[in-house]
Amino acid sequence: MAGSGRRPEHRGPPELFYDEAEARKYTQNSRVVEIQSQMSERAVELLGLPEDRPCLLLDVGCGSGLSGDYISEEGHYWIGMDISSAMLDVAVEREVEGDLLLADVGHGIPFRPGMFDGCISISAVQWLCNADKKSHSPPKRLYRFFSTLYTALARGSRAVLQLYPENSEQLELITAQAMRAGFTGGMVVDYPNSAKAKKFFLCLFVGASSTLPKGLGTECADEEIHQAKFTNERTRFRNVKGKSVKKSRDWILEKKERRRRQGKEVRADTKYTGRKRRPQF
Amino acid sequence: MKLLTHNLLTSHVRGLRPGGGFPLRIQASEVRVRPVPFNAPFVARLVPRLQWAALLQAAASLGHPSELPPEPAPDYEADEEFLRRLHHLLLEVEVVEGVLECPDSGRRFPVSKGIPNMLLGDDEA
Repeated sequence: MAGSGRRPEHRGPPELFYDEAEARKYTQNSRVVEIQSQMSERAVELLGLPEDRPCLLLDVGCGSGLSGDYISEEGHYWIGMDISSAMLDVAVEREVEGDLLLADVGHGIPFRPGMFDGCISISAVQWLCNADKKSHSPPKRLYRFFSTLYTALARGSRAVLQLYPENSEQLELITAQAMRAGFTGGMVVDYPNSAKAKKFFLCLFVGASSTLPKGLGTECADEEIHQAKFTNERTRFRNVKGKSVKKSRDWILEKKERRRRQGKEVRADTKYTGRKRRPQF
Repeated sequence: MKLLTHNLLTSHVRGLRPGGGFPLRIQASEVRVRPVPFNAPFVARLVPRLQWAALLQAAASLGHPSELPPEPAPDYEADEEFLRRLHHLLLEVEVVEGVLECPDSGRRFPVSKGIPNMLLGDDEA
């Protein structure tokens, strides 16, 4: 993961980064395992699968099959794709229940149309934003991935892709290509106020769009909106256009200020400014 | 690779006609049978998605000719015997070593340790 400060995507292509040593972490490092299974749990929850029916899911970037384990626990079946053969070897060793495929999702999802009831992906899609070879074009690879994913999914199903975007431009690129491919939906952010627990889930719908689920830990962010808005602007003597009522003290002060800016000779502002002359004067 | 995956999988080499690249021809050198718990509703839900002819052809090419009918019966959901046979073929029979061949382009995808290698070269994607 990105624990060392530098992002893993910057070190090289995924098929080389996820070598035997890195793959080992996904079975032996309990912290990595815990984070991965928490994210898969949340992704499956966001899929909103029917409870009584066993479904067939696609796992993009399945790796060593940690996310697949959670799918199997829930009683669903899965087929996983990954570009790293070292990670898939670990999955074979662990005897995961799903079927595995060695493939580059940037080349498209090689399945017949409408075959899957849903798709999850844990920390994989941001790898498509990198051009590791001269022939790679990130927008094209993303579009190819999303358009073939759209066809492979059944109508009314969802795809939930957890990702680590590097910056807002990358997020925009990924979302734009997904929408171009025909998906509806958007980003669900869990714990947006926390630096570490913050997680991005791209929730995509095929066909009829339903409402986007709410992110976890966003309750405090909503409360702020319900509170009164603080402003230090005086609105009492202002009309709709934002100008003061004519002949009022505010109007006179504004006019004097304007003439002062024009370099004209103006009397100083005192407590008598704008007061009415009484008849006894 | 299970036969369920084979039934869904198509070739994705550049320049295929729409709907082409299916079914991939299997040339298996090692086949194994691994028991998987039977789940009747799941198998019944798969039936409408399957390409029946391709499934029977794949089973025959692996040396596992099944007693499945040439077409699924109209009341297959209640027929447990039929679902069990289908379950065995779809989820328990696996290709461990071999080659998948695209029927249109002739591109060969090797299968090793039960994992088909669908990686494409730069000129094919």
